[in-house]
Amino acid sequence: MDLKLDHRTEDRLTIVEVEGEIDVYTAPRLRELLIDLVNKGNFHLLVNMEKVDFLDSTGLGVLVGGLKRVRAHDGSLELVCTQERILKIFRITGLTKVFGIYASVDEAKEAHGKDK
Amino acid sequence: MATVELTFSALPAHVRTARLVATAIARRTGVEESLLDEVRLAVGEACSRAVEAHRAHCPGEPIRIELRDDAGRFEVTVSDQAPSDDIKPEQPLDLGMLSDSFMSNFGIAVIEGLADDVQVIPSPKGTNIRMSWPATVSV
Repeated sequence: MDLKLDHRTEDRLTIVEVEGEIDVYTAPRLRELLIDLVNKGNFHLLVNMEKVDFLDSTGLGVLVGGLKRVRAHDGSLELVCTQERILKIFRITGLTKVFGIYASVDEAKEAHGKDK
Repeated sequence: MATVELTFSALPAHVRTARLVATAIARRTGVEESLLDEVRLAVGEACSRAVEAHRAHCPGEPIRIELRDDAGRFEVTVSDQAPSDDIKPEQPLDLGMLSDSFMSNFGIAVIEGLADDVQVIPSPKGTNIRMSWPATVSV
């Protein structure tokens, strides 16, 4: 399955919907979207990975790159993910300590609202 | 011992095909369903790393994968021809040190976290990544 990307902004939070496989072939498209969003002043990003079937280290690299970019603007990049197969790769690499990971978009929005 | 060999050009689009082939053969070989995601991800990581290495050093050369049913194990070897002697163990995480070059070695850490048994053999003539999982039936 290819990669489908969409995004919308709610309050100050930009929600990026990702569907499909994030690998060495498709990850550059996600990287371009994250860079474009940051360049347009969206510094609080929430990446919804609930419909991601596959994520490899290339995808992790893109997410880490996005996090570095938003942090340069005192922003945030957090994730929505409950799939064990995806969470496992974050645990193996220790990135659960780097990203905020939520169980739903609503939960993330609530936490983000409290941080305002 | 039954062996399937696959060679592919160093293009990112082919990595998905390699993952699918490896997962299909792992299933036929009798690797447990619960391990197939690990096979898919580990083989994908090894192939991605090989593709990146070839694109940097020898884009015209093919990458080779061998998939074997060997004495109750499903064994995969991904071989590239790019010179490499600088694969280092991963360091503790710090966001500031996650440069692009650091991230390029993340794949090895992922493979080591996934495969039941892993050997990474770098050399000036290329790197072999051999990994295996338990399997119950013959192809």
